[in-house]
Amino acid sequence: MSIIRSLTLLLFAIIMINPAFAQDQNTDSGRALLTNLAEAPASEVEDAIKSIVRSGDERARGWLEAYGANRLSRIKDTGQVVLVLNNRGRDWEIADPLTGENMGEMSRRELDRVAINNRIRGQLEGILAILDLNAADPDVREASARDLMGKVDAALVEPLQAQLETEENAAVRDRIQAALAIYRVGEGDLDAVDELSGSLHPRARAALSEAVRGDNPALAAKARQALAAIEQKLKLNSAAETLYFGLSMGSVLVLAAIGLAITFGVMGVINMAHGELIMLGAYTTWGMQQLLPGQPGLALILSIPAGFMVAATAGIIIERSVIQFLKGRPLETLLATFGISLILQQLVRTVISPQNRTVVTPEWMSGSLVINDALSLTLNRMYVLAFALIVFAGLMLIMRKTRLGLEVRAVTQNRNMARSMGIRATRVDILTFALGSGVAGLAGVALSQLTNVGPNLGQNYIIDSFMVVVFGGVGNLWGTLIAGLSLGTINQLLEPWAGAVLAKIIVLVFIILFIQKRPKGLFPQKGRAAEG
Amino acid sequence: MTIKHHVKLGLSALALSVSLNSVAAEDPIKVGILHSLSGTMAISETVLKDTVEMLIEKQNAEGGVLGRQLEAVVVDPASNWPLFAEKARELLAQEEVDVIFGNWTSVSRKSVLPVVEELNGLLFYPVQYEGEESSENVFYTGAAPNQQAIPAVNYLMNNIGVERWVLAGTDYVYPRTTNKILETYLMDMGVAKEDIMINYTPFGHSDWQNIVSDIKSFGSAGKKTAVVSTINGDANVPFYRELGNQGISASDIPVVAFSVGEQELSGIDTGPLVGHLAAWNYFMSVDSDANYDFIDQWIAHTGDEEAVTNDPMEAHYIGFNMYIEAVKKAGTTDVDAVKDAIIGVTVPNLTGGYAAMMPNHHITKPVLIGEIQDNGQFSVVWETPSTVAGDAWSDYLPGSRDMIADWRKPMFCGTFNTATGKCGASAGEMAAESN
Amino acid sequence: MWLTRPLRERSTQLFLGVLFAALAVVTLLHLTMPEDSPFYVSSFTVTLMGKYLCYALLAVAVDLVWGYLGILSLGHGAFFALGGYAMGMYLMRQIGDRGTYGDPILPDFMVFLNWQELPWFWHGFDMAWFAFLMVILAPGLLALVFGFLAFRSRVTGVYLSIITQALTFALMLAFFRNEMGFGGNNGLTDFRDLLGFNLRTDATRLGLFIASGIALAIGYLICRGIVTSKLGRVSVACRDAEARARFLGYRVERVQLFVFVVSAMIAGVAGALYVPQVGIINPSEFSPIFSIEIVVWVALGGRATLYGAVIGAILVNYAKTVFTGVMPDAWLFLLGGLFVLVTVFLPRGIAGLLASRRKKQDEPTDTDSDTGKEATA
Repeated sequence: MSIIRSLTLLLFAIIMINPAFAQDQNTDSGRALLTNLAEAPASEVEDAIKSIVRSGDERARGWLEAYGANRLSRIKDTGQVVLVLNNRGRDWEIADPLTGENMGEMSRRELDRVAINNRIRGQLEGILAILDLNAADPDVREASARDLMGKVDAALVEPLQAQLETEENAAVRDRIQAALAIYRVGEGDLDAVDELSGSLHPRARAALSEAVRGDNPALAAKARQALAAIEQKLKLNSAAETLYFGLSMGSVLVLAAIGLAITFGVMGVINMAHGELIMLGAYTTWGMQQLLPGQPGLALILSIPAGFMVAATAGIIIERSVIQFLKGRPLETLLATFGISLILQQLVRTVISPQNRTVVTPEWMSGSLVINDALSLTLNRMYVLAFALIVFAGLMLIMRKTRLGLEVRAVTQNRNMARSMGIRATRVDILTFALGSGVAGLAGVALSQLTNVGPNLGQNYIIDSFMVVVFGGVGNLWGTLIAGLSLGTINQLLEPWAGAVLAKIIVLVFIILFIQKRPKGLFPQKGRAAEG
Repeated sequence: MTIKHHVKLGLSALALSVSLNSVAAEDPIKVGILHSLSGTMAISETVLKDTVEMLIEKQNAEGGVLGRQLEAVVVDPASNWPLFAEKARELLAQEEVDVIFGNWTSVSRKSVLPVVEELNGLLFYPVQYEGEESSENVFYTGAAPNQQAIPAVNYLMNNIGVERWVLAGTDYVYPRTTNKILETYLMDMGVAKEDIMINYTPFGHSDWQNIVSDIKSFGSAGKKTAVVSTINGDANVPFYRELGNQGISASDIPVVAFSVGEQELSGIDTGPLVGHLAAWNYFMSVDSDANYDFIDQWIAHTGDEEAVTNDPMEAHYIGFNMYIEAVKKAGTTDVDAVKDAIIGVTVPNLTGGYAAMMPNHHITKPVLIGEIQDNGQFSVVWETPSTVAGDAWSDYLPGSRDMIADWRKPMFCGTFNTATGKCGASAGEMAAESN
Repeated sequence: MWLTRPLRERSTQLFLGVLFAALAVVTLLHLTMPEDSPFYVSSFTVTLMGKYLCYALLAVAVDLVWGYLGILSLGHGAFFALGGYAMGMYLMRQIGDRGTYGDPILPDFMVFLNWQELPWFWHGFDMAWFAFLMVILAPGLLALVFGFLAFRSRVTGVYLSIITQALTFALMLAFFRNEMGFGGNNGLTDFRDLLGFNLRTDATRLGLFIASGIALAIGYLICRGIVTSKLGRVSVACRDAEARARFLGYRVERVQLFVFVVSAMIAGVAGALYVPQVGIINPSEFSPIFSIEIVVWVALGGRATLYGAVIGAILVNYAKTVFTGVMPDAWLFLLGGLFVLVTVFLPRGIAGLLASRRKKQDEPTDTDSDTGKEATA
């Protein structure tokens, strides 16, 4: 049952596995082992796993991994245990676990899954982790040593110390030492507390907390000291973490709002369909991943230009078919674009599906960047943060350094004057709206990595987007950036003590009051354009 | 001139609304479907509309019931709660449907309830809910808290050894009630108050960074920790993503969800979720012939090889068959006769067993715990040895501890107080006395 | 007197005439026709029409501030909902011990969430006069505070629109919170009776329908009275050229505040009449999308005409009722398409269409349809 026993057993297995044993195998023993596993009642599964490990069969690891991943099944008729290669849909692709030979597809009805649950999976992971301690890749070794923290027992101490002797990688050595120290603290070793005093790892903290609660007063006092030091460090880390959360949330707000800052801020179109343009970008990502199955990363990268183009094209269509007729009537644009947003939502529901779509996160965007044991920055949000800044910088470049940007600014400031200088205002309108819409599409591509891709996606961001643009000052891109990042940070700072809902309410009230103080937002437009 | 225009407009509006009154042919049995096809709830509810349509088609192909065909009357309450009440009234008063299958959210059911009771309709409600209700006119084919939440917690406690609990939910009545029940239950089982963390978030919450980080530190106190999630629909995807990215795996802190089914998983990249749990009364992966047949039918109906089935669909399947059986038994579609006949009706469910309609208008269900797999399906890791009867009034809430519902004569009461032996208001008198 | 002066206008007479005729016809048909007659108006239809009338009153309130004051409020749903909640709280208290748990004081949702006593803001709502006063005062007070802050610091145009949106959004989130004591997402429902009349009888429904009609008539008269008074002229001046009006010595912010508060109160009354007819009040009435929809009704009917708002509200909601029944999958296309087409082809809404046709045939007689230049946002 316990981890201790299974780990002990494993060590035994590691020692036992050697080439001589491994070669002396035949298919029948493998088959019997698997059948034994498949037929074992819940209480005997552990024994069945043990005998597989003990067999020394070099395919054991593959079997156990497949078992852990729910990929072992039995054919109902024959009782043969098979590997399921693909378990989507009604017909499953299967293979022979003994030879690896592909056995084609078989109806799900004919197959009976070999049951596993979390507890057994936990043990399996432990087993596989110890096997990894001998892996060639030091990263794998470090990960497995980290997994061992808090799981070390008396039987493991000696082999781990032996491992420590031969281990060359410093990081792995630190981990093993920490793992051993945690064990020794549990045994009442005072020196071990010192070793742990700098550690931010939750398991180290758990061990120390336990020591504080324990009945050894000297140990408790020392552990309390060590914990205090750790708490101090943790405070710093959690401050850094909150700041990161804030910036990350802010970057999402900036991304969602920046396209609106152009269509609404620069052109004066109250674009209620902005959210749906974001949605189009997200659906483009989904579409790309459908076109390029198995390559989510490539699809995501290709989605950046594609999402931009799709949303920009939709923007051009909206501009040409509706908005151009509403020149100088900004409030009417609100109504018309509200209608468009309803149409686009329902279009997605009808054409694609009312259900959310799966957008896969590529490998390189999953997980987090580990700074230390208490602080790790989630990768997908980091990419989004960087992406937001790049998009912002790109937009600034376009507006400041290109001919188009110049013309846009000219038309915004004085349409008639600009036209008399030979600027084709209509063309500028189209391009500006396309640009704003395209950027919304880019936001959609990024958001597909953070949230649901479904028909309601746009609705969730439209109000926030307007708040950010207005808070920052209509027509000012810098304002949008600062507003988004600061609103996100304020929100995340408030959240721990106010709760998610109250934090949001406070931010909204703050915006309302702020607008009373500065009726034109953070960075009001100056000069004539302001009266536009 | 303007008078004419005004009058014309007014009259034509009037005429149009009068035309709403027209009643269609009497012959077929009319089945009202009251599920949102647009708005926020369309994500979950459209499939249920399709399910009922499929069941009707199948029943018609088999010759209908009592020699009559069935006819679906579909309306769209558009995820708008007052509109639910209005559409229910339209179905019952205008369309004169014989039965309604519908609703997902609690608030929509609460909105429809007075209408169904007033017009004496029949409503089959297919979603797991907070309990604390038993109406003469409503049949609850989804799970009550004792058919989902409590067995799931038992599983975590006994089989996984969980000692520290995070109860995370969306801020509405289902999570609130469920968490209240669970909190009482856990404290009864000897869990200390500081080992329970309760957190509520708004609908569609998408920024989970802080909360997940809190859960992480709550879970690093040295005791096995689990999250019991009543987080609703849309908010789940970002929640699980954040869990995965902050490195919380199912073996560290398992999450058991009550509102995440196959439909929700079909919109998630399930890679990082493998091993997290859900408690339902049905999973698409259940190994039974009835289930495989149902899936084949569903795929044929939708024409989508990837189409998934889920628990509320099974609830509609059971409810629909129960209705058909009750109509056969009563020999009529008369509401009162069907209401009487349906209690005790037993039909096969999709998990290889049987579901019976209890006198409190809830049904018996097996409780299954499933683990999320990388193919977007659940694999069953545990199930109750026998079916569990739905409990309308929770034993773990102070107001309802003594209440039972029994819609058989002579009791015929949804709020019978066993302490006072009276129906309805008596609990209040007790509360008033104790005050 | 300012309130009776509009009665002398032809357009007001006409509006009231049509309104009362419709009320009378529906009442008569409902009461006298046998149920199987094609002319019978069922109580379902009566309630439906009562709901439309409440929406119409709400639209009139929005048109008052948008059409005549130039303030595009994207938060009027908040005032509507507050009025509705005040009424809902009264109705909840009227349930008394007939609730599920039979608690004579606490509403059901408080019982099963373990509330021990009634929160302070629920006191008094068992008395009808207090509740009805709050129907007007709660939205009025919110409008007063919000308007005082906003108009004093001269927040205008889009900024004002967006913060009204922020207001209703914040209130929505707040009311969703179960800790607030307003029933959270489930809101208030399961109402029994109003002033002793059982809400589930046809007679009460008819009564509410007629009450809504009368409220609409009074609301219309009040708005009409305001816009034809001197105050109304000043507010139109503020709408068209705020700075100029200010330079001429008018206290623009006071005019704005007064009209805004009146409008909020009318919206509150509309909400209060709406709740007993639909049978539920829930935070989704605060949702910004609903407030935008109200504006769309007004735009569709024709801004700054008041009667246009009524037409728009009834038409859109009627279309919603029909289409959600007849073609549930396609109604959003139709609704969305309608908004787009109307704004592009009928910039002054249906009322504008009527007015321009009349102009072709007649001499223009009334000055109020002359909305002048669109206010810049």
